[in-house]
Amino acid sequence: MSRMRGHFGPWLFVAPAALLILVFIVYPTFWTMRLSLFGGLGFNFNKFVGLDNYVKLLTNDPQFLDLSKFPPGGAVVNNIFWLLVYTPAVIFVGLVVAVLADKVRYESLMKSVVFLPMAIAATAAAIIWLFVYSPDPRIGILNALLTTFVPGAEPISFTGSVDLVNPAIIVAAIWINAGFTTVVLSAALKGIPVEIIEAARVDGATGPQVFARIQIPMLAPTISVVAVTMIIYVIKVFDLIYVMGGNNGGPLGSARVVAFSQYVETFNNGRAGYGSAIAVIMLLVVLPFILLNVKRFRAEAGR
Amino acid sequence: MNHTVNHPGPIARLVTRAPIHLALLLIGTVWLVPTIGLFITSFRERADIHADGWWNFVREPRFTADTYVTMLTSTGQTESLFGNFLNSFIITIPATIIPVTLAAAAAYAFAWLEFRGRDVLFLAVVALLVIPIQMTFVPVLQLFNFTHLTGNFVGIWLAHSAYGLPFAVYLLHSFFAGLPRSLIEAARMDGSSELRTFLRIVLPLSVPGIASLAIFQFLGVWNDLLVAIIFLQSPDLQPMTVGVLKLLGTYGTEYGVLSAAAFLTMAVPLLVFFSLQRYFVQGLLAGSVKS
Repeated sequence: MSRMRGHFGPWLFVAPAALLILVFIVYPTFWTMRLSLFGGLGFNFNKFVGLDNYVKLLTNDPQFLDLSKFPPGGAVVNNIFWLLVYTPAVIFVGLVVAVLADKVRYESLMKSVVFLPMAIAATAAAIIWLFVYSPDPRIGILNALLTTFVPGAEPISFTGSVDLVNPAIIVAAIWINAGFTTVVLSAALKGIPVEIIEAARVDGATGPQVFARIQIPMLAPTISVVAVTMIIYVIKVFDLIYVMGGNNGGPLGSARVVAFSQYVETFNNGRAGYGSAIAVIMLLVVLPFILLNVKRFRAEAGR
Repeated sequence: MNHTVNHPGPIARLVTRAPIHLALLLIGTVWLVPTIGLFITSFRERADIHADGWWNFVREPRFTADTYVTMLTSTGQTESLFGNFLNSFIITIPATIIPVTLAAAAAYAFAWLEFRGRDVLFLAVVALLVIPIQMTFVPVLQLFNFTHLTGNFVGIWLAHSAYGLPFAVYLLHSFFAGLPRSLIEAARMDGSSELRTFLRIVLPLSVPGIASLAIFQFLGVWNDLLVAIIFLQSPDLQPMTVGVLKLLGTYGTEYGVLSAAAFLTMAVPLLVFFSLQRYFVQGLLAGSVKS
């Protein structure tokens, strides 16, 4: 009896979780790879098309990737814009709040204030920012400030303009996630031994020098972890764009990102094979980070 | 000289540090004002909202709860979101309890039991941490259609549970593995079964970790929009996030009702956040490898 328990016992603990993961994540992931080779119109997967979905996505779908003009456009390019602007910005804001709050007595209050948006739904945050950005100066505080303090200024439609919609949504995303970067970087900052900073001070280092030469280099590993988390956020970002940009993904689709295209093609346009191909592309982009996580974990476990 | 540089008097200190306080004040304002604006708008009369900005409320403070009544009943022209609010609870509570329970059992085995393939399986869990759930939508939808799970809550409970499991197992494993080996071994020496060791020793000692995970999963499911719009097509089953989205699409200029609905969606997470912030932040720090 106890021998049997020794053999099967552990499996009884693992099996329920393993079963759910297999049915809802592992099997669907492989099945989606297969489906991406089919037409899949209206969820009918009887027409095998080989790599046609991928070829069309990368060469003949201006909404997804448009390299025919300058600057290039489409969801992929927009996602890259997010990566280049949002990722450094949200880390920078988190670093500034963490470092400044470290110097004052109301540090925990300050961190709570910045962290608060992390708790709420992106849908609610999107509504909050739609109010802030409203072109009606009786609703939107930005346009109220603009029309009050800049003589003769016309209200700006932030989310209705092809040029402004992406920066506008990115600002909302920074507002949501700066709490995360702040809390993680602040914890790392507290981990730097006081003696090191004091020694530098004694040697005559100024505040900015301590920050640039000691704190930043010592925070580098944490910054890289935070950066990876934010990059993965960008690859998956959907709610904020779907709520702030609407069904069309912003004016003329200018706010579309890859996850948005995946949803719209699959569920609004009923092109399930095409949408599956977009999902596979998302997986390929995430793959290096999956390998990185596994490598990191093995290094930690090996220690 | 050196003495005054390192330990300036209180006034000199305030002056040199004024830029820090100003910068933090500015940041605090930018982070609070948008939410305060939504909150005030949600309590304003319809006529007032359309007359001037919410920041004018100090001039003529007039508040009403009509927006909330309109939103939760079908007395106004907008449809009631009361059902959506209830649905959010009906979806979120089982979709928190199921994965936390299953993950605790699995994490115990990964941390303290020996079995073949354990390390490979756990590496698979780590690999699944950041997989895009978009990879699962179409096959899971096919599965739900085949098993008739689209028209009720069972499907979304299972889907949310499965999506939360890799992170849940990973997080609890790190908590469980941190328990002292001597404690577990002492229990085994006393002849305690694995189930008993798990229930009587490991679980009670891991309450903070389990609380962190439960809050994290609860907020994740409560705040979800994407999984709900895909798996819950019947309006009778949709949660608050979907209700708010529809309200925005249909009555986007009914600012009072819209802000009330958005605020009610936020109210539950904010309550959780204010009462259990410590656990929430702890879970976030422990699991910062995940998105």
